[in-house]
Amino acid sequence: MSDSSEASPSSSRPAFWRNFGRFLGNAALESLDGGKLFYVWMFCLTAVFLVGANAWATQVRDGMALSNMSDHVSWALYIANFTFLVGLAAGGVMMVIPAYLYHDDEMHDIVIIGELLAIAAIIMSLMFVICDLGRPDRFWHLLPPFGRLNFPVSMLSWDVIVLNGYLFINVYICAYLLYMRYLGLTPDPRWYVPFVFLSIVWAISIHTVTAFLYCGLGGRPFWNTALLAPRFLASAFVSGPAFIVLAIQVIRRAVGRHFGDGPIRTLVNIMRITILVNLLMVISEVFTEFYTGGAHTSSARYLYFGLHGHNELVPWIWSSIFLVTTAAVLMLLPSIFTRSWMLNLACVLAFIGIWIEKGMGLIIPGFVPSTLHEIVEYRPSAIEWKITAGIWALGLLIYTLFIKIAAGIVLNRTKMHAIPDEPTAADASPSPVPNS
Amino acid sequence: MSSDSNSGCGKEDCGCVSRRTVMKGVGVTLGAAAFARAIAPLTEWAQNISADEFLQKHYKELSLIDLKVVLRRLEKETKEHYGADVTISDTKPQEGVKFGYALNLSVCNGCRKCAEACHLENNHDRPSNQSYIRVFEMQKGSMDMEQGNAHYDKPVPQPDKFYMPVQCQQCEHPPCVDVCPVEATWKEPDGIVVVDYNWCIGCRYCEAACPYHARRFNWTKPVIPKEEINPDQGYLSNRIRPQGTMEKCTFCLHRTRNGRLPACLEACPTGARVFGNLLDPNSEIRWVLEHKRVFILKEDLGLKPQFFYFFDS
Repeated sequence: MSDSSEASPSSSRPAFWRNFGRFLGNAALESLDGGKLFYVWMFCLTAVFLVGANAWATQVRDGMALSNMSDHVSWALYIANFTFLVGLAAGGVMMVIPAYLYHDDEMHDIVIIGELLAIAAIIMSLMFVICDLGRPDRFWHLLPPFGRLNFPVSMLSWDVIVLNGYLFINVYICAYLLYMRYLGLTPDPRWYVPFVFLSIVWAISIHTVTAFLYCGLGGRPFWNTALLAPRFLASAFVSGPAFIVLAIQVIRRAVGRHFGDGPIRTLVNIMRITILVNLLMVISEVFTEFYTGGAHTSSARYLYFGLHGHNELVPWIWSSIFLVTTAAVLMLLPSIFTRSWMLNLACVLAFIGIWIEKGMGLIIPGFVPSTLHEIVEYRPSAIEWKITAGIWALGLLIYTLFIKIAAGIVLNRTKMHAIPDEPTAADASPSPVPNS
Repeated sequence: MSSDSNSGCGKEDCGCVSRRTVMKGVGVTLGAAAFARAIAPLTEWAQNISADEFLQKHYKELSLIDLKVVLRRLEKETKEHYGADVTISDTKPQEGVKFGYALNLSVCNGCRKCAEACHLENNHDRPSNQSYIRVFEMQKGSMDMEQGNAHYDKPVPQPDKFYMPVQCQQCEHPPCVDVCPVEATWKEPDGIVVVDYNWCIGCRYCEAACPYHARRFNWTKPVIPKEEINPDQGYLSNRIRPQGTMEKCTFCLHRTRNGRLPACLEACPTGARVFGNLLDPNSEIRWVLEHKRVFILKEDLGLKPQFFYFFDS
């Protein structure tokens, strides 16, 4: 948001932390307020979430046997979504870099949309991990000093730390900026700019560490490639901006104000490069796999062409390649900037394409064929789809509420009543949503 | 608060509640009630978890008295859940002992008596016919496991085949131990990789990391008829594992640490299996390692297994 270096008037200081509880209350109430469409949307998301919550509770009670996972395919739909969502969270940083590293002022105004996405995505990815645990009641074993976190040896312990750290950093930045705005004060750069730069480094770390989870396993040749982390980042920097562009489009409709043309242009320019880099890396990997051949190619052959008559994943991966390639072509067309339907379509195609590629297309072939070269296929069970849909619904619900809160504060609808609406306070910081 | 929600009676700050606010309250309450209803199965599940079990410390942090209390509690729970009287002990590793296992592929005939014995000895889930050992029927002239078949259903041995049982290789550098985020699995001084079934959170990272498909997950609560339960149990080995946790071959440590042989070896009708102390120069296993042509599986991964294969000729 606003990055004015002017110090806030000291006269407003007394209200500082005392009113934080009131801020949260006001924000919560404001977030639950909306038109008919908003209530329908929230009702549907809640309904889907409840179905997922019930499915999860049943899975915990009766055991993971309700999923279609097995000792051969021991991670599947949940971990696939987890991996993708970590990328989505990291992709949110693609707004922060132009805003803070390149001083793109227009991007500054809406960078919070990306940061809030990062928060929602991390919450979702943590929920997917919890749903994948056989014993969620023992999660406290991860928490020192009561538990025993196997740090630094286990990559999963790194992941626990970086994901929670990223969540904390983004919650802090968003809460600080919105609260200052709510109080009518100018944010002090000393209190958030260092964290913004930390979040840039951290965003890269979360997806790198998540890639290391897989590529550190010598017994699984499909994952055991140094290209995995760069591929993760390239695809994250497609899916993140794609989602943010779509979010901006929706917010523009809801808020009824014309903003975000510049940021959308920047995001499309970012995606034009990252989507091509992503495709190039896919080609590089496919080349080394198939040109060399041998036993190590089994998983890739299973993924792309099927192995010994087993071809569960083949339609998935080819639809992913088709979606991403089409999105890349659309994005490269100059008319993407003028035709918003084309832009939306390209973003949707890229998002779904990466979801398949970084999800099922990455996790399942790691297990098929198994380490002893047995082929056991996997197709998600109804309960897995329900839990997955439930978590996505909750994530979208959280994101909607976050955006509503942010919009309420930024548009001066939610604010601290104790402080009079002085023009000085508003003028000190440039309006985050410029009228045009 | 938005001005909307204060407009109940048209006056600002009159203290009365607007219809909209009431509707929000009703909506949130209904949502909370529906959520409580949706997660109701969790309460049924929680009834089976005692506070003592929930709060139990890591195996290595249990004092001798703690451990005794835990063992008695687990025996009581086995009685409650399965109706069987069992004895759960905790035999510590012996000094100067490092266990090794060797398997003679020239004489193994693929009868799978070892897998069956493992199934019974280790109190495996009956419906899934689980076992820590998988026997592969391999094409003679090839070590390519992709040509192998673990689901053969013909009289054995077939003339053009040889048979290769695979179980936990008790690696010197076990990747399953490295990846565990909560130290629920570790390598004991006698070389056996074990799992604290009461500490494992069920993330299955170790299963993903194992190159020998040696780990098994309890996808559901194991089902075993009371009369078939092996009552001689060890905390770190064959006691009945809880739902949602990982398990693996422990070289039958409840037997081998007491001077007996693994169940799979005792069951082998061809004498293909050799077990012993690698640190004892006069042991049979040392003789095999010194006199036979020995190899290990997936040597290129550098995990240094303590499970060896050999041929007679």
